[in-house]
Amino acid sequence: MSTTTTGPSRAYWTSFAIVVAALAASPLVLPEFWQRFATEILIWGLFAMSSDLLIGYTGMVSFGHSVFFGLGMYGSAAALLIVKPPNLWIAILVGVVAAAVVAMFVAFFSTRLRDIYFSITTLVFSQIFYVIIFTWTDVTGGENGLTFRQPPFGITGLYTIPFTQNGLHWFVLGTVTVSYLVLRRITQSPFGTVLQSIRENEPRTRAIGYHVERYKIVSVMLSGCFAGLAGVLYAIQNKFAAPDFVLFLVSGEAVIFNVMGGIGTLVGPVVGAAFYLLMKEVFSRVFYEYYLIPVGVIFTLMVIFVPQGLLGAWKRALNR
Amino acid sequence: MIPVDQILVQIVNGLVNGMILALVASGLTLIFGIMDIVNFAHGDLFMLGAYFGTTAFLTTGNFWLALIASVLAMALLGAVLQATALRPLLGRDPLTTILATFGLSLIIQNYALWQYGPVPRRILEPVTGHFKLFYIEYPWYRLVIAFMSAAIIGGLYLFMKYGKHGIWIRATTQDRFMAEAMGIPVPWVHTVVFAIGAAMAAAAGVLFGPTVGVNHAMGFDFTLRAFVVVVVGGMGNLGGSILASIFISLLESLATIWVSPAQAVIVSFVALIITLLVRPTGLFVPTPK
Repeated sequence: MSTTTTGPSRAYWTSFAIVVAALAASPLVLPEFWQRFATEILIWGLFAMSSDLLIGYTGMVSFGHSVFFGLGMYGSAAALLIVKPPNLWIAILVGVVAAAVVAMFVAFFSTRLRDIYFSITTLVFSQIFYVIIFTWTDVTGGENGLTFRQPPFGITGLYTIPFTQNGLHWFVLGTVTVSYLVLRRITQSPFGTVLQSIRENEPRTRAIGYHVERYKIVSVMLSGCFAGLAGVLYAIQNKFAAPDFVLFLVSGEAVIFNVMGGIGTLVGPVVGAAFYLLMKEVFSRVFYEYYLIPVGVIFTLMVIFVPQGLLGAWKRALNR
Repeated sequence: MIPVDQILVQIVNGLVNGMILALVASGLTLIFGIMDIVNFAHGDLFMLGAYFGTTAFLTTGNFWLALIASVLAMALLGAVLQATALRPLLGRDPLTTILATFGLSLIIQNYALWQYGPVPRRILEPVTGHFKLFYIEYPWYRLVIAFMSAAIIGGLYLFMKYGKHGIWIRATTQDRFMAEAMGIPVPWVHTVVFAIGAAMAAAAGVLFGPTVGVNHAMGFDFTLRAFVVVVVGGMGNLGGSILASIFISLLESLATIWVSPAQAVIVSFVALIITLLVRPTGLFVPTPK
C-alpha cells in the first residue's frame, strides 16, 4: 500500500472504538451467565482470527488448528504447574512458544502441499498430536487432562490481584484487541501483501522472486502463535487443559467460524464465532446434545448460498 | 525377539483390514477423481451404512439381506446428498466442497447418535467358524470380509471397464467439458458416482460391523485413514489407492505387535508424511511426465 492512499477511514475507527467500548461495558450490564459467554466469544474469536490469517489471506485452509490451540493450553498448564508461584506472563509465554514451535514443525511438512493436500496434512498432524497427548498419560494426564489454579494478575513480587470475572473479561478483551490490531497490521504490511499474492497467484509470486515456502511457513507460525494465545486464555479462564480441545472438531469449528463470519476480514471470524456459539446455546436448549444437526444444516446451507459469510459484503471496508 | 508366527498373524490381519479400507478408499478416490470433491463425510457414510445394516439385520434376521438393503439405501441417500448439497458447488473451489462435506459429516454423525444412541450395536456374523492359525483360533468370517471386498472391488473394475456408466465415468474423469460436449449427462454421472461411493462405503460398513460394535464415532477413523490412503496412493488413482490401503493396513497391523492399536495409527501418519516429503504425487503411481 503506497503512502498516497488514505488509511482507514474515520468511520472505521469510530465503529472500532464503539465496538470495543461496548464489549468492555458488556460485563457490567449482562447477567452472570452471559458475562462468561462474552469472554468465551472473545477467546474463540481470537482463535478464529488466527486461522483467518491462513484461510482468508494466504489461501490455505488449515484443518489442524486445534493442535496450536491445544499446545497453548498444555504449555500454559505446564508452566502454571511447574513454576512456583504461578506466573501469568510465564504461562502465556510458554503457551505461545509451544504453539509456535509445533506450528513450525507442522508447517515445515505441510506447506510443501497446496489446497486440499495442505488441509489433509494439517488434519493428520493434529490427529498425531491428539493421539500423543491422549496416550501419554504420565505427562499430559491423558483423558483427564490437567487442572491447575488460576494465576493472579499483575507483576509477581510487586503487586498481584486475583482475577475477578470482570477483570478476566477485560484482560481477554485487551489481549484480543491488541492481537486484532497486530494481525491487521500484519495483513497490511508488505509481508501480508505477499501472503495475499500467494493466495491469488502462487506461481506468479514465485516467478517474481519471493520465496513462497518461507512465507507460508512464517504465516502458519504466526497463525499458530495467535491460536496458541487463544488456547492460553481459554486455559486460564477454565483452569484446565483437556485433550478434547486438540481433537479435529475444534479445528473444524475454527473453519466454521471463518466461513460463517466471512473469510479475509479478521472481524468476520469473530462475528462467526459469536454467531456459532449463540446458535449452539440456543439449539442445545431445544435439541440438547444433538445441537450439531441444525448447526451442520445451517453451516452447509451457508457454504452453498452465502459463501462470503455474514461480513463478506464489507470485506473491502474492513481491510482498508 | 518377535516370533515369526505372530508376524504372520498380523500380516493376515493387515490384509483383511486393508481390503475393508480399500473398499472405503476406492469410493473416496472415485469421487475425488471425477468431481474434485474431498468427501469429508465418507467415513460417516461408512458408519451410517453399518447402522442401516444393524436395522435391516434386526428386521430380516439375515446378514446378506441386510447387506443388500443397506447398500441400496445408502446409494439412494448418496444420490440425494449429491444432488442437494454438492451439485450447486460444481465448478467452485475444491475447498468449498471439503467445507460442505464437513457440514454433512457433522449432520450424519449427530443424526446417528440421536437415532441409535451412544451404545454400540452389534450385527451377528453370518459365518461363525474358526480355523487354527498358528497360536490363535482365527475366525473364517474375517477371510469372508476380505473375499467379499475383493469381489466388490473386482465388480467395480468390470463396471468401470465395460458398463455404459463406467465408460461415462471414465470419460468425465478425463475431461468434464469434452464429455459434456459428446452428450454424456455429466450431472447425472456425478450423482451416480457419489451413489456408488456411498454404496461401497455402506458395504464396507456392514461387512466390518460384526468385528466391532457399530458406534457413531467409528466413521472419522476411516475418513482419516482413507485420506491417508488416497494421498499415499496418488489422488484419483484407483489401483494406487487399493495398493496403498493394503500397505497402510499392513504397517498398522505390524505396529500393533509393539505398540497399542491407538498408537499404531501414528505409523500410517508417518508413512503419509514420508510420502509427502519423498514423492508428493503418491507412492503407487507412475512418475508423471
